[in-house]
Amino acid sequence: MSDTRDTQRSGAGPVDSDLVSLDAGELARRIHAGEVSSVEVTRAHLERIEAVDGGIHAFLHLDAEGALAAAEAADRAIADGGPVSPLAGVPVAVKDNLTTTDMPTTCGSRILSGWRPPYDATVVKRLRAAGLVPLGKTNLDEFAMGSSTENSAFGPTRNPWDTTRIPGGSGGGSSASVAAGESPLALGSDTGGSIRQPGAVTGTVGVKPTYGTVSRYGLVAFSSSLDQVGPCARSVLDAALLHEVVGGHDPCDQTSVDAPLPPVVEAALAGARGDLAGVRVGVVAEFSGEGYQPGVLAAFTDAVRTLGELGAEVVEVSCPAFSYALPAYYLIAPSEASSNLARFDAMRYGLRVGDDGEHAADEVMSLTREAGFGAEVKRRIMIGTHALSAGSYDALYGKAQKARTLIVRDFTAAFETCDVLVSPTTPTTAFPLGERTDDPLAMYLADLCTIPSNLAGNAALSVPCGLSADDGLPVGLQVMAPALADDRAYRVAAAYEVARGAGDHPRIPELRALETSR
Amino acid sequence: MTATVESAPYTVEEVCEQFDPVMGLEVHVELNTATKMFCGCANAFGAEPNTHVCPVCLGLPGALPRVNGTAVESAVKIGLALNCHVRERSGFARKNYFYPDMPKNFQISQYEDPIVFDGYLDVPLDDGTTWRVEIERAHMEEDTGKSLHIGGATGRIHGADYSLLDYNRSGVPLIEIVTKPIVGAGVRAPEVARAYVTALRDVLRGLGVSDVRMDQGSMRCDANVSLKPKGTEEFGTRTETKNVNSLRSVERAVRYEMGRHAGVLLSGGTIRQETRHFDEQSGTTSPGRPKETFADYRFFPEPDLPPLEPSRDWVETLRAGLPERPWERRARIQTEWGLSDEELRDLVNADALDLVADTVDAGAPPEAARSWWVSYLAQQANTAGVTLPELAITPAQVARVVALVAEGTLTNKLARQVVDGVLAGEGEPDDVVAGRGLAVVSDESALTAAVDEALAAQPDIAEKIRAGKTKAAGAIVGAVMKATRGQADAARVQELVLERCR
Amino acid sequence: MSDITRDDVAHLARLARLAVSDEELDVFSSQIDAIVDTVSRVGEIPDDVPPTAQVVPQTNVLRRDVREPSLSNAAALSGAPAAEEGRFRVPRILGEGA
Ligand SMILES: [Mg+2]
Ligand SMILES: [Zn+2]
Repeated sequence: MSDTRDTQRSGAGPVDSDLVSLDAGELARRIHAGEVSSVEVTRAHLERIEAVDGGIHAFLHLDAEGALAAAEAADRAIADGGPVSPLAGVPVAVKDNLTTTDMPTTCGSRILSGWRPPYDATVVKRLRAAGLVPLGKTNLDEFAMGSSTENSAFGPTRNPWDTTRIPGGSGGGSSASVAAGESPLALGSDTGGSIRQPGAVTGTVGVKPTYGTVSRYGLVAFSSSLDQVGPCARSVLDAALLHEVVGGHDPCDQTSVDAPLPPVVEAALAGARGDLAGVRVGVVAEFSGEGYQPGVLAAFTDAVRTLGELGAEVVEVSCPAFSYALPAYYLIAPSEASSNLARFDAMRYGLRVGDDGEHAADEVMSLTREAGFGAEVKRRIMIGTHALSAGSYDALYGKAQKARTLIVRDFTAAFETCDVLVSPTTPTTAFPLGERTDDPLAMYLADLCTIPSNLAGNAALSVPCGLSADDGLPVGLQVMAPALADDRAYRVAAAYEVARGAGDHPRIPELRALETSR
Repeated sequence: MTATVESAPYTVEEVCEQFDPVMGLEVHVELNTATKMFCGCANAFGAEPNTHVCPVCLGLPGALPRVNGTAVESAVKIGLALNCHVRERSGFARKNYFYPDMPKNFQISQYEDPIVFDGYLDVPLDDGTTWRVEIERAHMEEDTGKSLHIGGATGRIHGADYSLLDYNRSGVPLIEIVTKPIVGAGVRAPEVARAYVTALRDVLRGLGVSDVRMDQGSMRCDANVSLKPKGTEEFGTRTETKNVNSLRSVERAVRYEMGRHAGVLLSGGTIRQETRHFDEQSGTTSPGRPKETFADYRFFPEPDLPPLEPSRDWVETLRAGLPERPWERRARIQTEWGLSDEELRDLVNADALDLVADTVDAGAPPEAARSWWVSYLAQQANTAGVTLPELAITPAQVARVVALVAEGTLTNKLARQVVDGVLAGEGEPDDVVAGRGLAVVSDESALTAAVDEALAAQPDIAEKIRAGKTKAAGAIVGAVMKATRGQADAARVQELVLERCR
Repeated sequence: MSDITRDDVAHLARLARLAVSDEELDVFSSQIDAIVDTVSRVGEIPDDVPPTAQVVPQTNVLRRDVREPSLSNAAALSGAPAAEEGRFRVPRILGEGA
């Protein structure tokens, strides 16, 4: 219990010596060795959340009771000495667009506020089966549409590094919870960068696995052909450990690939030995220059130099079709979303507005959707409706599909000469809350570098590469690998992580702006 | 029916003096798979509301569809039976429109690449000729739930206060079969329409892929009708008549719409492209509610389902396994059994063709098998108030009874008692024979004794026989049959009587 | 510009069952016009490029036609805004769907 008292004492201050600052792998080791119980670890994190989440708002729903019950179960399983999974007893936060039977699932939307699904998402089932301890549901841009978590109907999440700034999005809640030491691990979903960009701006690791390698069953769909569930963590190895818990074939998702998961944990361990001899790293020429923050480019250049020092062969590659990625994405994603979100119609679940005996079903649908959806969701639904309508299908949705083909070809060509590709994860560090809320196009630029991998379905991750010299905020290095070669990205990221070392900053920031933001 | 025609301004004959009718028939068939199209819920009719539902068929957030392999197989079989091509690569698409009985507010269907396309069906008409109906396509999709309209005009949708939704039917596998325009049928158009749907129903029943119950909605027909002035090529504006849920209604609806169109056109009016509803009672059609704007379904490829690429081998295996066309089978049976047209029609109308065929397959001669089913068993079914197929006796059992008669163990009279026993649930024919002790007395000494007894009992008659009046033997035979409770072979008894009087 | 008009957006809103306000219409029409204008760049791509709708490698992923447990009626209706006689109760339905 001493750990938890420390936590209380430390409150929002530096926490490096606390349980809440430890990696998931280390926590698991201590729990399995009986040095600390899962209940103690869980309590420590619940207290950390209690202490800091008022200023961060990473969580939409906390389930302290459920978490402690799961922790006790894990402790019992460990005490029984039976085989337990590598992360048994370790707390985890779950993005609120993954269905959970014991917690609400709102997708950050008024239209689903209070909805309790009658089924668990496959990845949530796997968390429970592996003995992890779900703490609660994390905040997100409504239906994962956004890059700042400001589109949540329940208020924004703040960046632990500077609570006047955005934590990225859509998965700002998951990344912020990990960055702030509220949870060692979190699950996110990445449709255009929603795991990687928040990871970059909060100084955490975020992985978008190869499309089809992690089940989407129970992930409330935004853009079905792009969505992918993935891990958020403070280290590459932790991400790999969580990746292997939730990943792998699921018959409930017919787009799920019936093949063994790439050995990502093994790759992370191998990478940590710090040798990248013979690895060919391609620097994507298109991802630099105008619109990129100097401090971000500087940190990225340093990272590339480090990769070279680790023995990697660094070359520059050009992917001209990537310039179509953003337009294609903002046609394909809204098109699929306009169809996926049609089910929110007030008939079977969720919000119902205007059911006064006068309004017909059709009118109640329109009134409910008007009241239940936020501006960005409405915008995208209408854009998608337009892109799919008879008059513009060929010119818009149809052409976007062709763009997708060109982007796949660019990746294929690049991966013929390179094992992995690298770029900044996002062009800037965390921007101030409110800065881009009235300018959708400016907001969309945050996903410039992450979108191509969603369109092509290959693996990509973001690993911290230090703080930007110009504002002292975290920068992310994106490592992209071919489909089903996720392990390559893990190996390179792990090697880089070790080489960079602790850097000149704490792993978990002091929450200095906490009071002001309360 | 003629009353119906009169209720429309023009008869089909009058219409066809000035117009050529053009028809397009869309038939939706519910497959009889064990589970739904995209989830493992039971595909069952008439269960308690919302008990065969799950996150998938309720369209809950996060749920994903999973294609039913048997449904795909049925779709390919149907395509092959309709002489269609099977597309090498096909896929699903989303048809987007809002409607409360459709939980996702889109229907998973097929759009540009239906699994089978370009076929035809040669449809037998009443006069024995056939009409080739060309098939545009057949594709897979999912059915909607059912809504119950409460209050207002007795459950009708208009004026209802509110509605209650049951999603048991949501996601039931549907095959939509679409014909190419049927032109040149002229006055026979209504008959062709009915004959096509009938032939299609028979084919599907033969394939065993659907219950094809129009009354239960497992087979539904939409009839598109338009008229073009004779000699012109341009098709007229068409109307789509829904809610046509019997074979007879198909014919009536087409006939009515032809007459109505002609009435409108000849009085200088124009036909509005619209959906109309057929009313069984009046035999007329009435306009459905016009859609607010032209329906733009915004089809796009279903991202949750990978494409289908049926392998050549698989398709050929299915093709090889196709059953004979029902009417071809009928023709073959008619010649094999040497049936008159009337006899065949009686069999078909009595729903006895399959039963007789199975009885023949079980070893009975066609004539015997047929007479059992159309005479004695038909009477029993009649009195029991059930259909022949529902009768509690199997073709195999009937075949066994026929065999027992043939081998002399039973007389026809006894055979009927055995059948009664089977129908009464006394077991297999042989059980009944044993149980009721119905076997013919074939023990010669016993018979001879019985004959001598009878002769002794009536010496005067015995005298007559000895005197050569063989006719008199009948009385003795009768006595013996009486004594043996009818279980003796009367012919044999006759022989014995004559022997003993020689 | 892509000339998406206020009326176009009003039409899209109707299609998408969004009872948007007049104020929203003003904002949305300018924003959507600007966005569609930007994304229309994909129009440059030649028509002979084949489309990519999905990035899943497999085909013929089929489920065996075997019953699986359904939800209980109570669980099915658990999220319903209104229910009656084991059914979802909804406002009166106009029209016939499609
Ligand atoms: Mg249809
Ligand atoms: Zn179901």
